[in-house]
Amino acid sequence: MPLVTKDGFQHLPEAAYITVDQLTETDEPWLAVEVAGDVDVSAIAPHFEKISLIAVQFPSFADGRGFSIARHLKRLGFDGELRARGHIIADQYAHALACGFDGVEINDEVAERQPFDQWQDAANKVLPPYRQKMAG
Amino acid sequence: MYRYDEFDAAYVKDRVNTFRGQVNRRIDGSLTEDEFKPLRLMNGLYLQLHAYMLRVAIPYGTLSSRQMRALAMIASKWDKGYGHLTTRQNIQYNWPALKDVPDILDALADVEMHAIQTSGNCIRNVTADHFAGAAADEIEDPRPTAEIIRQWSTEHPEFLYLPRKFKIAVTGSPNDRAVTKAHDIGLRMVRNDTGEAGYEVIVGGGLGRSPFVGKVVRDFLPKSDLLPYLEAILRVYNLHGRRDNKYKARIKILVHETGIEDLRAMVEREFEQLDGPSVALAEEEVARIEAYFAPPVFAKLPQHSSALEQAKKADAEFAAWVETNTDAHKQSGYTIVTVSAKAIGEAPGDLTTAQMDVLADIAEQYGHDELRISHEQNVILPHVRLDDLRIVHAALADAGLATANANLISDIIACPGLDYCALATARSIPVAQDIQQRFADPVRAKAIGEFKIKISGCINACGHHHVGHVGILGLEKAGIENYQITLGGDHTETTAIGDRAGPGFAFEQVGPAIERLVDAYISLRANDNERFLDTYRRLGLEPFKTALYDNERTAA
Amino acid sequence: MSKLFKPKIVSANDLFAGDVVYMNPGFGWTRKLAEAAIAHNEEAAADLLAKAMPQQEKVVGPYLADVALDDDGRPFPTHFREKFRTRGPSNRTDLGKQSVNPERREPLAASGGI
Ligand code: SF4
Repeated sequence: MPLVTKDGFQHLPEAAYITVDQLTETDEPWLAVEVAGDVDVSAIAPHFEKISLIAVQFPSFADGRGFSIARHLKRLGFDGELRARGHIIADQYAHALACGFDGVEINDEVAERQPFDQWQDAANKVLPPYRQKMAG
Repeated sequence: MYRYDEFDAAYVKDRVNTFRGQVNRRIDGSLTEDEFKPLRLMNGLYLQLHAYMLRVAIPYGTLSSRQMRALAMIASKWDKGYGHLTTRQNIQYNWPALKDVPDILDALADVEMHAIQTSGNCIRNVTADHFAGAAADEIEDPRPTAEIIRQWSTEHPEFLYLPRKFKIAVTGSPNDRAVTKAHDIGLRMVRNDTGEAGYEVIVGGGLGRSPFVGKVVRDFLPKSDLLPYLEAILRVYNLHGRRDNKYKARIKILVHETGIEDLRAMVEREFEQLDGPSVALAEEEVARIEAYFAPPVFAKLPQHSSALEQAKKADAEFAAWVETNTDAHKQSGYTIVTVSAKAIGEAPGDLTTAQMDVLADIAEQYGHDELRISHEQNVILPHVRLDDLRIVHAALADAGLATANANLISDIIACPGLDYCALATARSIPVAQDIQQRFADPVRAKAIGEFKIKISGCINACGHHHVGHVGILGLEKAGIENYQITLGGDHTETTAIGDRAGPGFAFEQVGPAIERLVDAYISLRANDNERFLDTYRRLGLEPFKTALYDNERTAA
Repeated sequence: MSKLFKPKIVSANDLFAGDVVYMNPGFGWTRKLAEAAIAHNEEAAADLLAKAMPQQEKVVGPYLADVALDDDGRPFPTHFREKFRTRGPSNRTDLGKQSVNPERREPLAASGGI
């Protein structure tokens, strides 16, 4: 799955994601965890130290739970890398970044239909007024 | 009235460009229809039975004459010369072509309007009391609150893909004209013991397949906590609302299944944990927004207008219209005019280009340049001098807008139904037209008194049928249109869901059934002033059920 | 099976204009129901729909709808929703297909209509 970053699509080797349940079974550092939409992320917080990457699943671009999960993880103090992973479309890129995601892992089919310039355009849109005020 | 600052203006223009790009990307295949659909819906664009439909936001129902003229221009340039007022204080165009929509949005942006979030599973256009800023019974103008919510919810990055749509309504008066208890969130302005203004927060109301009256989640919310508290509710809903079944996805079901106590605990916990100051608007910004809604400069006028009294004596028709279509204004010498968009035999809520222009002219000359769209599909002139009523009435009459039926039996709410709507199971408009014709006699209508008929063309209940004194729901049964009647609904602060009377009626049986119902009411009411709703509450369903089903009802 | 099968056509809305279209025998699109391709059995119906589905760049939401055939073998809609789609709003006969193409105005008796 290509990773959308601000410099372009990156084709990374697939990260070895573990599940939330597996977290308690290991003490290894630098873990990558994949989180589904129905997981209570406060259960992950005690393990933040050994996690370097959390990928939040988007089973469908119309399922917006991941945006709130990202906010929640940030509030709980997670400062590793946060990715949205699954069916996300370019039009959601700015929203994903605004909710705290560092990058987006998209499937090949979407990457083919929506080349990088569409993601760049989305990231450069004018912010809605309230966001501008809160940012400024 | 609110005016766009540079932030608003730049954003709305950019948003039009974004949508133009999305249309092009749909055409070139970058976006599938499944992906494009929520994007176009979030820009107000539906695909209906016969054509696209564009739903334009009229935030909290308020617009200026300049904006009304732009709506008229759009109707004639890109549509078919009319628009349809909705129960969410919006206006819909029924015939735009896809390629014209970005141009229409551009024309809207020129007059500080848009179609953002008038559809989609996001926070929809915020509605408010259509008498806001004018009503004699008001605690505070609800529109600054509604505007603050509009700004916060516009493209809120976290809440664009909710389990389902999310509707917020605000009222500033104890007399609830905004149906706050039938919204996902209803905000009622109240004062606490120390006299401070704040909100009673109601959550989980809604009509549709399973109707619920909203429940109080917070008795008193200080104004400064408004956005953090809403953010907490929305986050709880986004994470926990059901996504497995479209009919169980609204927050009313979450409230129902979780219980209001537990839900309150979840919301309050989220509210405590989130960083309030990063969400709430700064005090200066709130004050800046409030300033836009300062009342117009009213003239000092006596309570009594002798010009009005003389005109009423000279013209009985005018006097009847004044009686039904005006309401008490907070300012002496002024009144609130309800312009009926329910002329007998016309589709409820439809306005022609010419009528929109006339309304703009009247508002400009006699109404402090302000117009409102009510959720009852009428137009409000909120600030009219009593002295000017005669001339306003004459101008309205010339345009076919002076029907004296506000709140009467022919002032029917009807959704577009199967004449336009792709989701409909039966027609609504012709049912309304038939009932209007039956009660066209203004003397008879007046004698019947307040009588709220609300019609929906499917279970989605856009026509608010559950809260009509008489609700009519169009369904399909065995391959034909079939109409279920509910009685005793109430959309005000005493919100009640109507009781189902019994089996449904075939299309042409609805009008006669309503006639029988009205006859029964007239013979049963305690006195001429007892409204149908009160008689119903006093006597219950039985006598009316008998009236509905007694006669020669043919098979449904 | 064929005895119970109701003849079907594929209908959709035009992507650009938004109006009602029907798939014709060449797997293109027509605005007239009379010119629609008619499927007389399950297989033919599935085939028609399969031809329609990928045409996203032209139409939105293709689906199969029942029709009945008149004495000349021309299709007319059996469900009242589809009847309205061949016409336009029943309260505005000056608008929609009925205003330009009053091709087939079957009475709406089945819907209990006006
Ligand atoms: S109630 Fe049903 S038919 Fe009426 S507008 Fe809403 S979705 Fe359409």
